[in-house]
Amino acid sequence: MTTYKLALRNLLGGGVKTWLRVGVLSLAFLTIIAIQGVYQGINEQGSDALIAAEAGAGQYWHEKYDPQDPLGLPDAHGVVPKELSQITDAGSAAAILIVQGFMYAGGNLRSVLLKGIEPSQRALSLPTSVLTTTDGEAPALIGTRMARDAGLKVGDLATIRWRDARGTFDAEEVRIVHVMNTSVQAVDSGQLWLPLDRLRRMARMEGEASLIVLGKDATGPGHLAGWNFKDQDFLLSDLRGMVQAKMVGASIIYLMLLFLAMLAVLDTQILSIFHRRKEIGTLMALGVTRGAVIRMFTLEGALNAVLAALAGAVYGGPLLVFAMRAGLPMPAAIEQAGFPIGERLYPAYGAVLVVGTTALVLIVTTIVSYLPTRRIAQLKPTDALRGKLA
Amino acid sequence: MSDQAALIRTRDLVKAYPMDHGRLVALNHVNLTFQRGEFAGLVGPSGSGKTTLLNILGSLDQPTEGSAEVLGHKVEALSHKEAAELRSRHIGFIFQTHNLFPVYTVYENVEFPLLVLGMSAPEREKAVRSALEWVRLADRAKSKPSQLSGGQSQRVAIARAIVKRPEVVLADEPTANLDAENSRNILETMVGLSRDLQTTFVFATHDEKVIRYLRRKIVLSDGQVVEDTVAQAQFAEQGVRR
Repeated sequence: MTTYKLALRNLLGGGVKTWLRVGVLSLAFLTIIAIQGVYQGINEQGSDALIAAEAGAGQYWHEKYDPQDPLGLPDAHGVVPKELSQITDAGSAAAILIVQGFMYAGGNLRSVLLKGIEPSQRALSLPTSVLTTTDGEAPALIGTRMARDAGLKVGDLATIRWRDARGTFDAEEVRIVHVMNTSVQAVDSGQLWLPLDRLRRMARMEGEASLIVLGKDATGPGHLAGWNFKDQDFLLSDLRGMVQAKMVGASIIYLMLLFLAMLAVLDTQILSIFHRRKEIGTLMALGVTRGAVIRMFTLEGALNAVLAALAGAVYGGPLLVFAMRAGLPMPAAIEQAGFPIGERLYPAYGAVLVVGTTALVLIVTTIVSYLPTRRIAQLKPTDALRGKLA
Repeated sequence: MSDQAALIRTRDLVKAYPMDHGRLVALNHVNLTFQRGEFAGLVGPSGSGKTTLLNILGSLDQPTEGSAEVLGHKVEALSHKEAAELRSRHIGFIFQTHNLFPVYTVYENVEFPLLVLGMSAPEREKAVRSALEWVRLADRAKSKPSQLSGGQSQRVAIARAIVKRPEVVLADEPTANLDAENSRNILETMVGLSRDLQTTFVFATHDEKVIRYLRRKIVLSDGQVVEDTVAQAQFAEQGVRR
């Protein structure tokens, strides 16, 4: 306790120099937490959006379905097994049929994925209920990106062309009944959502689907012949992989920040020991053991991090809370980069992140503070009193 | 000097430093004893071994040969920790350059040795107030060393040395940086403390102003004791200005 008091007294006695050092360290603290929180936010927000709009609680894929292989789509469909049709009928799972097609709108022909989904499904948070409103033409639901790219708006007609299960080309007009605003590009760009029954009839794939998405409360029936279950971890792995890759870059930034802050602490410690040789000698003359002097100097360095954490909490805490609540505006480019986070990103500053970062900085600061003090162990009191280092 | 009830005793004390060719003998077979309440000075020119002897008596250094016994502890046999313990409990130091901690106030500087001893806060406060009154600096308790004159700083150093009521105070050229008036004040303070608290003061000095106050003068030359005399009785007993 005495060592702690003395170290704190010495540190605070340093005045402006101490506070400058604490300022730099607290800035490093905050930046590390802020950047980490942003990536955590992307991960959480992106995962939530993907789960809600695309992944659900997991998916059963037809054994030939591969989202990376559009050429395999004509074969990637099959009759929904009875075990799954029971939960799709209850609305807690959504059967999706995917057919490769083309859309002619605004004078342009573009390749699209025609996706059939049950309008009454509750497994995904897509506004599929709009697909029930029809007065002849098939109702179609598209996202804002698709609408922007194809120049479509609600009420517009578009001609779609596809090849049915027998390989026959067919075409039909669809009417855009709703343009949904979603942060998940995978359910928007190049996609046209149609009522499942309608697409099944159009494609001559009665009772069939390419995949079945389980809602958050649904439980899958386990292994099904001809269908492969893909869990959430698998379905979110791309997003998590991207976040992870970005975090490597961020880690480099905060390692640099930490390095700079630690350099300041190390530099201070070395200078401190050099300038305070006489003081060290006096401490020894007054009966302080070498071990206690080392502890005092180490603690003095480590207390920089404690003060920095407190200072960071005072001026940075409200900033982080504000960012968490109000969110940070995000450019559209971030969604094009594959991060489904919408217009605002809400950083996530969890207890683990804050406590973990604080503990990490404290430990590193303590180690960095300790290293130069080892010289004190070799110091003779008489040399120190004369202002000599060993 | 009588060997009975000796607080400090050296026997054939030798301190030598290895040099490129041979060794430099700083203390050469020094035999001395100091009794409780003595007010003694090690006198001699620079390089005569005064500070070296003081450092060994203060357990800051160890003899090369012979023995130095302080309060029954053989300095040469003490570990770093035991030596620190001896200093913290029984020995006070006064340095030529005061060696006060610049970030501490006067009060905190004086309090420091008591913190090292782990004394309780009320006990500390009582002892610090009392020590500051002895050196007539109670009104400067909240000042920082940078706000004090040289004489005041040295008085704080004295207060720090005596606050724990040590048996021995070792002072290395305590008046070297002070003018005549301040030196006189400092010395009178120390004479008074020695008389009132029965503290043994041992000085290393070549300052004539100090020498006049000594009750015992030990002259060192080239590491050897060449004179060991008791001064005139009136200074010893009076402890007041001449």
